[in-house]
Order: sequence, then C-alpha cells, then structure tokens
Amino acid sequence: MLLISCPNCGSRDETEFHYGGQAHVPYPENPNDLNDREWAEYLFYRANTKGTFAERWVHSTGCRQWFNMLRDTVTYDIQAVYPMGTPRPASAAPAPESGTASLAPDSTTTGTAGPSVSATSSASTTAPKGATK
Amino acid sequence: MANTAALTGINGLRDIRRSPASHLAGAMEAGSIEGTVTLSEGPFQTMAGVRVDPRSEEGARIASVAGGLPARCGEVAGTDRVTVLWLGPQEFLVVAPEEAHDSLGGDLIGSLTAALGDAPGQVVDLSANRTTFELSGPRARAVLEKGCSLDLHPRSFTPGTALNTEVGNIPVVLLKTGDDSFRLFPRASFADYLGRWLLDAMREFASPEVP
Repeated sequence: MLLISCPNCGSRDETEFHYGGQAHVPYPENPNDLNDREWAEYLFYRANTKGTFAERWVHSTGCRQWFNMLRDTVTYDIQAVYPMGTPRPASAAPAPESGTASLAPDSTTTGTAGPSVSATSSASTTAPKGATK
Repeated sequence: MANTAALTGINGLRDIRRSPASHLAGAMEAGSIEGTVTLSEGPFQTMAGVRVDPRSEEGARIASVAGGLPARCGEVAGTDRVTVLWLGPQEFLVVAPEEAHDSLGGDLIGSLTAALGDAPGQVVDLSANRTTFELSGPRARAVLEKGCSLDLHPRSFTPGTALNTEVGNIPVVLLKTGDDSFRLFPRASFADYLGRWLLDAMREFASPEVP
C-alpha cells in the first residue's frame, strides 16, 4: 500500500486514488497532419520506464483533483507531487528514507495547509487488525 | 403498492417515501449498545452541491448565503442550521434541515442559485443523493477504525472537521460532530452496504470485554 500525498488532502491510502498513466503526453498540435502510425503512437504508445517515471493520478474518493507525481517504478519511492500543467521537476535528489510517501517540501503549490491528518504518515500503522486494507 | 389516494401534494409524497436505509431501522436499533456505540439513520436533509471558485465574487455571494465556504480539506463552515462541507477546492456540499428545502417553504436552493446568478459554477439539489448515519458512543472510533485508514485520534481529528475518505471501502464524507459522535454521508446506493458493515463492526462490543 502506497501512502500518496494529495496536494489538497494530505497523505492518503493508495486505494483512494486512481492512476492516469504517463504524464506530459501532449495532444498533437495538428492531429489531421498525422499519419496513422503517428496517431497510433500518440494514442497507444507509452514509455515503460524502469526508474523515475512521471505519471498522473486522481484522488477519486477525496477531492477528485488530478495531479502529477514522480515515482520510481522499481522502488515505488515517490519523489515529487506537482500540479497539472507544470513541467516535470528535476529528479536528481534521491528521496529520504522516511517512508514510501516522501514528498519534497516545495513540490506542491496548494498543499501547504493540508488537514491535520497529513502530518501523520502513521495513519495506516495505527489501523486495527480488522482494517480491510 | 403505494396508496395513490395519499399522493396529494408534496406532503402526500413525504408520507410514502422511504429513506435509503429505512429497512435497517430495526436492525440498527437492535444492534446499538447504549453507552457503548449506537447507530441510527439520520433524518432526511436538504443538500445542495455547489461548485464555485471561493475566491471569486460569486464565491463571496454564495459564502454569505451559506454562512461561509471552507477553505481547505477538513474544514467545515456554515451557521448553526447550515453546514458546508469541503469536497474539493471548488466543490462544496451544503447540508441543512429538511425544512430548508424550497418545496417545504424554505429557500436554501433558491437563494444559493440566486447568489450564483449567471456566474460560472453550479448549484444542484442533491437532497436525495446521500443519506446520513449517526454513529456515536465511546467505541464509535473503534468501529470506524476497522475500515478507515485515517488517523481518527482526537488529537488530529477534532470535532467540527469533516474528511472525504473511505469507510469499509466505500467513499463517504465523515463528519465529526462531537467528541464521541460521527456523522457519515454515504451515497444512497451504498446505504444498505454501509449500514450492514457498521452493524457487523459493532457486534463485538455487545459481548462482555475479554480481559
């Protein structure tokens, strides 16, 4: 289970989110100029990165807002969460060892004042044994 | 089959309607343990979904009608009769007693619609969209913690805050109304499932505590 830091709601379980695929895939400026091969590549071809990958997520049972995330596809380390429409941040710095939901402090624009639950990444560890997740 | 003779005007319709978890009323009464944890379905309420930019002029107009708009996740605004829950940065749920509905002499939906005017946004009557469960008692938090991964400890989840999250794997708005009382707003179609899920989670507290 990943703990994902929603820019609006703070740290939440992965089950509250849905995955939106690779980020930064621009719509073709002139779709009519593309041949079938190029159009198919825009529609269906995506990078299959081993390592740091920029992807889209939506907090579907929370604030229902989309955001981008830099995630390591090998270690599941979340390196940055940043708003839609902003360029991909540099992913040079290795994330600290504080947990799966590590989040660079300046990587969000609206998440500075999340709810009080955001401060406790131990939410899942305090869940009782009967928790269904 | 409903008695069609009763269908005279809005009050006739009110008499024959059923709340989404009404068939569980007896089970909820039987499953409640007084002094430990109790569950009941709340009354019908008037709810309006509002989408508006809270920083805009129309957002300020809506805020003045609803008694304020919450600024961030967890906050609850409103007056003593109207509660405004945060659903998203530009999305809110206004909850008021049943009498506030326009069809019963109130003016909640109409005044919100008038406050929005032609500005971008929407006000939608969602009174039938969600039902409410009242879960209260000293063990209410223990019941919720079986299916909610948020930190519900009072040091971080204080009375007067509300969070959109999952309880028992379904999306609900969880409002803490008091030190030991919670109000859950599931969609009407989830009411049966969530009611039975909560009853099941409450069962262990009916037995004497094992030392």
